[in-house]
Amino acid sequence: MNKDEYQKLVKKYEPKENKFQNVIYSFLIGGLVGFIAEGLIVLLMNFFDLTRIVAGAWTCLIIIFAASLFTAIGFFDNWMTKAKAGLLIPTTGFAHSVSSSALDYKKEGLITGLGSNFFKLAGSVILYGILSAFVLVIVRVIIGG
Amino acid sequence: MTFIWAFIISGLFCAVGQVILDNTKLTPGHVTSLFTVLGSILAFFGIYDKLIELAGGGATSIISNFGYMLYTGALEGFEQLGILGIFSGMLTKSSVAIVGSIVFASLVALIFKPKD
Repeated sequence: MNKDEYQKLVKKYEPKENKFQNVIYSFLIGGLVGFIAEGLIVLLMNFFDLTRIVAGAWTCLIIIFAASLFTAIGFFDNWMTKAKAGLLIPTTGFAHSVSSSALDYKKEGLITGLGSNFFKLAGSVILYGILSAFVLVIVRVIIGG
Repeated sequence: MTFIWAFIISGLFCAVGQVILDNTKLTPGHVTSLFTVLGSILAFFGIYDKLIELAGGGATSIISNFGYMLYTGALEGFEQLGILGIFSGMLTKSSVAIVGSIVFASLVALIFKPKD
């Protein structure tokens, strides 16, 4: 069997995912997260008389807390496999990656386990976020004078 | 109206992420990093400000907002302190997300056992 035939065979037995359905799921679940976030912002603004920015920060914190808690209880992993990008792209994905690596590596020790693996997945988000923002601000400063 | 836009914008970002996940070999780690960088690029062109104005929580609850906060924090720092401000101001706005996830993740790791 040559390489091409093998590739064809692999493709044949690869589990087929319904891509269209995945996109619809992601849209609906991701949309729902955004909808709930906006609802929380409006709720906090009206109940506690906060400005929109402060209410937004509280909402961010509440979403992270909820995602961490649900990850720890255990059913967030199931949701994640069903909703896919719908829960990955919102801040929930960030919180989930941090708290799941914290839970998983806890048994390997506080420093070598938890400490060094804490930002295993979220580290790249922070790294490339900061690097890109840094470069763009420099560009902006040069252009804008 | 903000509620409808919140749903549409947040959903749209997630749908694009899903298309990338399904049709390329990129992992979820790649996609989240990509969207963070996209957030700071959109902030650079002034588009993300408009998105937040339009969609409120729909735009601030996605990971791209992290890139936006890094960019605007650094820019505001520059306006106050010059070059030093880029370094000192970068994390001011996104501090909530980083410290929040560290504290809550440690807390749940302390209390709960991993479920296999």
